[in-house]
Amino acid sequence: MEKKILLGNEAIVKGALAAGVDFVSGYPGCPSAEIGEEFGKIAEQAGVYAEWAVNEKVGLESAIGASFSGLKSLVNMKSFGINVCSDSLFPLAYTGTKAPMVIFVGDDPSCHSSAQSEQDSRGYAYLSHIPFLDPSSPQECYDFTKLGFEISEKFNTPVIIRSTTRVAHQRAPVVFDVPEKKDFKKGNFVKNPHQFCTMPPRVLEMKKELLERIKKIQTYAEKSKINQVTGNKKSKIGIIATGISYFYVKEALSELGLDLPVLKLGFFYPLPKQQIGRFIKPLKKVLVVEEMQHYLKKEIKAIAKDTGSKVEVFGKNVLPETEELDVEKVLSGLARVLGKKIKSPAKIATAITNIPKRFPKLCEGCPYWNILPVIKRSVPEGTIFGGDIGCNMMAGLPPHNIQDYLFSMGASMGISHGVSKATGKKVVSIIGDGTFFHSGMPGLVNAVYNKSDPLIIVLDNRITAMTGHQQNPGMGKTLMGDNVEDVKIGEIAKACGVKNVKVLDPINMQELEKTIKDFMQKDEVSVIVCRHICALLERRLKSNPDLQKFYTNPQVT
Amino acid sequence: MENFNLILTGVGGQGIITLVSILDEACLNQGYDVKSSELHGLSQRGGSVIIHVRFGKKVYSPLVSLGRADLIIGLELVETLKDAYFAGPKTAFLVNEYSMGYPGYPAKPEILDSLSKIAKGRLHIIQASEICKKELDKEVVAGIYLLGYAVKNNLIPLKKESFEKALETVIPPKYLDLNLKAFNLAFNHD
Repeated sequence: MEKKILLGNEAIVKGALAAGVDFVSGYPGCPSAEIGEEFGKIAEQAGVYAEWAVNEKVGLESAIGASFSGLKSLVNMKSFGINVCSDSLFPLAYTGTKAPMVIFVGDDPSCHSSAQSEQDSRGYAYLSHIPFLDPSSPQECYDFTKLGFEISEKFNTPVIIRSTTRVAHQRAPVVFDVPEKKDFKKGNFVKNPHQFCTMPPRVLEMKKELLERIKKIQTYAEKSKINQVTGNKKSKIGIIATGISYFYVKEALSELGLDLPVLKLGFFYPLPKQQIGRFIKPLKKVLVVEEMQHYLKKEIKAIAKDTGSKVEVFGKNVLPETEELDVEKVLSGLARVLGKKIKSPAKIATAITNIPKRFPKLCEGCPYWNILPVIKRSVPEGTIFGGDIGCNMMAGLPPHNIQDYLFSMGASMGISHGVSKATGKKVVSIIGDGTFFHSGMPGLVNAVYNKSDPLIIVLDNRITAMTGHQQNPGMGKTLMGDNVEDVKIGEIAKACGVKNVKVLDPINMQELEKTIKDFMQKDEVSVIVCRHICALLERRLKSNPDLQKFYTNPQVT
Repeated sequence: MENFNLILTGVGGQGIITLVSILDEACLNQGYDVKSSELHGLSQRGGSVIIHVRFGKKVYSPLVSLGRADLIIGLELVETLKDAYFAGPKTAFLVNEYSMGYPGYPAKPEILDSLSKIAKGRLHIIQASEICKKELDKEVVAGIYLLGYAVKNNLIPLKKESFEKALETVIPPKYLDLNLKAFNLAFNHD
């Protein structure tokens, strides 16, 4: 046993190690990237194999292959990653796992670092019938990950640990086991098409098996210690809370000096319905505290109805449905349930509202400082600009302001094609290297195949930068630091049938300008790859040469 | 002791995440429960960064409530003013006299005036970046210097030794000497 200050995400790593994980895959995002990064540093000496997949779908599928071959696996991704991998997530619930698998999903209420939507990934529990655990603290990140592997092993199901920014990026003391050193485990694939092929009519049998399995897991959840009641059980008003909200509730109650019963749910799915029924039975009022959507409140209302309870269920009628919660919001919700006025603490700073916002911006020395102004001045006034996820999102902020739409990873390719087809106008579409590999490539093939003519500019800074410098297929290094052949974006474009392809160093601004002006005249798809290393990474490598092992392949220039 | 609530504010790239790690370790060294909350990703790219640290006997929420900060450490002037709504009537302000401008950035005398109205006699404006640049040739350790200043002037209930031990845990050996020097600068002055 050791006790250390850990980030929630670091605690996930410790939990997976304690459970004996063999195989780790995922795609970096915020707030989940530190999990894969940490494995990159320690995998070798921990006897674990770890990789960055090209996207979350491939990452999950790799783990499925590992699980079918008998290896314990962990998959890590941010909220939107579960959308990307859902196509394979649903059949995985049907086949079940062979060796245990835990899938980490990091939601980002308030969209601190999320461009596309404020996603509550818990909804996937209903769609997939996969058990969902919701930790509140770094300690629970560790405990729940270990437990997740146990549940997975016991019921042959993947288990999802869903965390949020305030848990994943919370630091706190964590007590954890340090496992004995293990060797890399070699898997053994034993053929079993009965389990691994979802071909009909077997697929419907599998669905029945899945529903049976979930019933068993529900019985297990009823007895699980991660669903717990604290506080005065005689009170007629109670609270049900989950995730980080639980601590806001405890804080609010301690500020008010109130002792109310609180049911903390570690299981979001399947819910311990009997336990909830017993908890609400003696209550007149219950407040359900959860961030974003009111999934739990709806469930609890249904349980109350089924059990004939007259309890009044409060939730999003007294708490906001968007943005993360905090102690103030819980206090104000609680005040309405209690029918009391609650004195808020004295605030003294009021006259500070007129300060303009500080926008995030490109780092000092960033090659994009060269590229974006050149793009802007090389194309006609009124040109439509497509934007994509990554550091190139800054194109939409001052002083650049060249971004007319921004969606999900790789979406610029499809949308630019659609705009180009619909309007007949020349569109300039900007995408980063990591995003191009993640899901930009199918869009490029589609644009060539269906004959549109956007100018696609790939800002290739030789790394997945925004999430903190993760390796990708374009730069000749893997997560664990192995040298590999670099996948060349210019060659891919040519192989897809793009005739106008130019790979250049944007430090040469004249060449860039000339190429843009030239390609703007083409009536077919054209691609410019602006290759120049991220300035921040370049500085990191200079100040810490040990990092070369993970970032520099001498064969790649 | 009641829980101590600290807000750290500045701009992405000022090394704030390292400061939080040091603070958390110092709390652990002193036997406190501690929780801190930080943000990564987009918000770190030259944007506003705010970090919450709470420590004491038992901490539930990782976030400081509005009006409840005991100490606000600001590494940049306007960011400190923006986050001043965490201050209550007793909050101390420890602020680096340092600006990272952008279009629409308020004039410095205005910021200082607003801060002194909010913080009254509890405002410490320190030229931490300038001092570190002059004495150590490294602006980036300004935050470490401010931690030393906070301890020396009893703005934070943590001991010098707890911080020194924390620095040894958190800072890579190559930079330890520089950081220890920065931390001790405030003790050597006057």
